[in-house]
Amino acid sequence: MEVTTKSMPYEAWKDNEYIEKLVKELQDAGTNIVVGSLDKLINWGRSNSIWPLTFATSCCGIEFVSLGAARFDMARFGWEVARSSPRQADFMMVAGTIVNRMVPVFRRLYDQLAEPKYVIACGSCAISGGPFRKSYHVAKGIEDIVPVDVFVPGCPPRPEAMIYGIMQLSRKIKVERFFGGVNRQESQKEFLAAHPVEGVND
Amino acid sequence: MTNSLNDILITMANITEKISKLFPQAVIEGDTTPVVTIPNAQWHDLALALRDDADIRMDYLITITGMDWTDRLGAIYYLMSTTYNKIIGVKVIAEGDRQQPWIYSAADVWKVATLFEREVFDFLGIIFVNNPDMRRLFLSIDWVGYPLRKDYDQNPELNPVSTESERQTDFTDVYTLDENGKIVKNEVRVFEKDDFVVNIGPQHPATHGVLRFRTAVDGETVKKIDVYCGYIHRGIEKLCENLTYPQTLHFMDRMDYFSAHNYHHALCMLYEKAAGIEISRRAQVIRVMMDELSRIASHCLFIGTYCMDLGATTMLFYALRVREQILDIMEKTCGARMTFNYECIGGVMQDLAPDFRADVKALLEVLPRNIKEYNDVFTGNVIARNRMEGVGVLSREDAIAYAVTGPSGRASGWACDMRKLQPYSIYAELDFEEVTATEGDSMARFKCRMREIEESAKILAQLVDNIPDGEYCVKVPKVIKLPAGQWFQVTEGCRGAFGLYLESDGSTKPYRLHIAPPCLPQAAVVDHLTRGQKIADLITIGGSLDYIVPDIDR
Repeated sequence: MEVTTKSMPYEAWKDNEYIEKLVKELQDAGTNIVVGSLDKLINWGRSNSIWPLTFATSCCGIEFVSLGAARFDMARFGWEVARSSPRQADFMMVAGTIVNRMVPVFRRLYDQLAEPKYVIACGSCAISGGPFRKSYHVAKGIEDIVPVDVFVPGCPPRPEAMIYGIMQLSRKIKVERFFGGVNRQESQKEFLAAHPVEGVND
Repeated sequence: MTNSLNDILITMANITEKISKLFPQAVIEGDTTPVVTIPNAQWHDLALALRDDADIRMDYLITITGMDWTDRLGAIYYLMSTTYNKIIGVKVIAEGDRQQPWIYSAADVWKVATLFEREVFDFLGIIFVNNPDMRRLFLSIDWVGYPLRKDYDQNPELNPVSTESERQTDFTDVYTLDENGKIVKNEVRVFEKDDFVVNIGPQHPATHGVLRFRTAVDGETVKKIDVYCGYIHRGIEKLCENLTYPQTLHFMDRMDYFSAHNYHHALCMLYEKAAGIEISRRAQVIRVMMDELSRIASHCLFIGTYCMDLGATTMLFYALRVREQILDIMEKTCGARMTFNYECIGGVMQDLAPDFRADVKALLEVLPRNIKEYNDVFTGNVIARNRMEGVGVLSREDAIAYAVTGPSGRASGWACDMRKLQPYSIYAELDFEEVTATEGDSMARFKCRMREIEESAKILAQLVDNIPDGEYCVKVPKVIKLPAGQWFQVTEGCRGAFGLYLESDGSTKPYRLHIAPPCLPQAAVVDHLTRGQKIADLITIGGSLDYIVPDIDR
C-alpha cells in the first residue's frame, strides 16, 4: 500500500521506509474488516484536518505566520484552524528555541493536548539547540522533553519545508490504527517506543 | 531644531567641564563619547545633576552595561541628552567584595533604570541599593551563579533543564543601607495582599511570543502588571564572549528577526569603527537599502498582527502580501527569507541580484496603493478607532523616562530617530522626514508606523537609481583582532534605538558585548500604560508597542 497524496508521486517522498514499516505491521496483524474500514474512514478525516496549536517562541514562528497567510495558505491542506488552547489542538509545531524557563510550560502544554497528539520539531533550535546549543539557558533539543514525530530542519525552515513536514505527519496519521491504537490504550510514548526511527532516540 | 540649538549652546566640552567643576573626583576620558568614572558614594548626586542641570539634561538612559573586570565589578550607564543630543557614559565601580558587590540605584532618577538594574543584577549579581524591585529578571530565583561573571560555572548539573515548574514567589527584595553602612535585605510584596492576580502568557496569542504578564485585576480593570521575562532568554551576550568577531554577527539576525539587517549593519559598523576599516560607498548604499526594506517589511507585519489582535484577521493577509514581495527581493540577493546573515565586516556577503533594481521599483510602485488600501480598510474603521484612540496614552516625559524609542516614542512627540540624531552610514545625505505625532495613544503609534513606511519608500526611491559601482566588500584580514578599548554606538532598528557596547582586550573575541535592545524598555512601560485600563486594552496597548520577545530576552 502506497501512502501518498494525489498531487505527489510516492517516489518523491523521503523516509518511505518508516511508513512502509508501519503499513507492514498493520497488515501482519490482520485487519478486521469492520474496524479496519472505520479506521480508514476516520484516519482520512483526521489526516486532512490536523489542527495546530498557536505556539511560537521565536523566528520560526514568523515563518509559521507566513504559512498561514495567502501565499503559502495552509488552509489548502486543512491545517488553518490554529487553536490557542492546547485542549483543542491536534499537534504542536515547536517553532523556536525552548529555554530552561520555558521547559515546564512547554511540557504542560504538551500534556494538555488531547490524545492522539503529535509534535513537530521545527527548526534547528527545537531539534538540537541550534546556534544556541552552547548556551547556559537553552534546552539541547526537545526530544528529551517530549516525543517528537517529525523533524523539520532549517534556521528557520522555509514555509515549503514546514508544509512538507506536516504532510509527512499527515501520512503517518493515515496508517495508524485509530481504534485500539493511538486513540486509547496506547499512549503516544509507548507507540513511539515500539516504532523507533533509526538513528533517533525518543 | 535640536541640531541648531546644540551647535550654538552646548558642546561636549561644555558638559564635561561642568561635570568636573561639580564633581572634582570624576575622571573623564574620551572626547566624542566621554566616559566619566565616579566613586559609588557620589554616583547618586551625579545622576541627579546629570538629569536636572540645565546645561547637561541627560534625561534619557539608553542602557546599563554590567561589567566584570575579574578584579572588580561595575556598571556603565549610557545617557543621552534629548535637548542637546549628546551621549555620555558613566562608569561606577561596585563597592564590596565579589560576594556582595553593590552600587547606589538610579531608579528614582530614570524610571527605566528599575528594570535595567534588575538585568545587571541577574547577570552579574551587583546589588543596587534602594532599587524598589531587586529580583532576577530572566533567570529563575533558584538559579546558581551569575552567568556574565568571568568565573561563572557553566556546568549543566548546577542548573539542570527540568520539567518541574519553577519556584514562584509573591515577594521581591529591596536592599537598603542601615546606619552602620551594612546592606539590609527587606522583603516586599509585589502585589497587595488580597489582589486578584491573573496570568496572561507565556502561551497566549496576543503577547506576540512568550512574554508573561502577572496582572492584578479589579473586575475588568488592570491594577498592576508585573512583567515576567526570560521565557526565551538564550544568553546571547555570554555566547558572544566565546566566539570570534565574525561569528558573533549571526546572533543579530535572531533577536529582533525583523530588524535582522539593521542589527547586522549596526554590529558590523561597530567592528569596522573599532578596527578602522573603511567600507566602499556601494556597500553603504546596499546596507541602507536593506535596512529600509526591512523597516517596511517589519511595519507591514506589525500592521498585520496588530490588526489581527484587534479582530481584523483580513488585514494580516493584505499586509503580508507586501512583506512577501520584500522577502522575495531579499531572497534573490541574500539567499534566505529570514536570518539573512548578509552584512559582514567590510561590506556585504555578495553582490546584489541582477534584478534587484527592477524589483525595488516594482515594490515602490505598488506600495502607495497598498497603504491607501490599509487606510481604507482599517484606519478609518469605526471599531478600530474606538479601540485605539485615547487608549494607552504615553506622554513625552514618560516616553523619555521609560526610554520608549522608535515609532512608539515618536508617537508621543519625542523626536528620537537615531538616523537623524546620530546620523550613521549615509543617512545624513538622505532626504526623509522624521515621523512624529503628539497624541501618544495607540492610534498615533499605529499611524506613525504607517507613515514611516512612506518615508522608507522615499529613501529607497532616492537610492535605487544611485547605487554606485565599486566593490561590495573590501579586503579585510582573515583573522580580525580589535585593539583594546571600549566602543559604544546607537543606531535605529525597526523598533527603536539599538545600543551596542563593546569592550575588547585586544584578542580575536569580544571581552564583553552588551546589546541594548529597544524592546526591553517597551515591556517595562506596559505596567505604566495599562494601569486603570481594561484588560481588553492591554491587548491593544501591547500590540501597539510592537515589542519582539526574543529581543527583550536576548
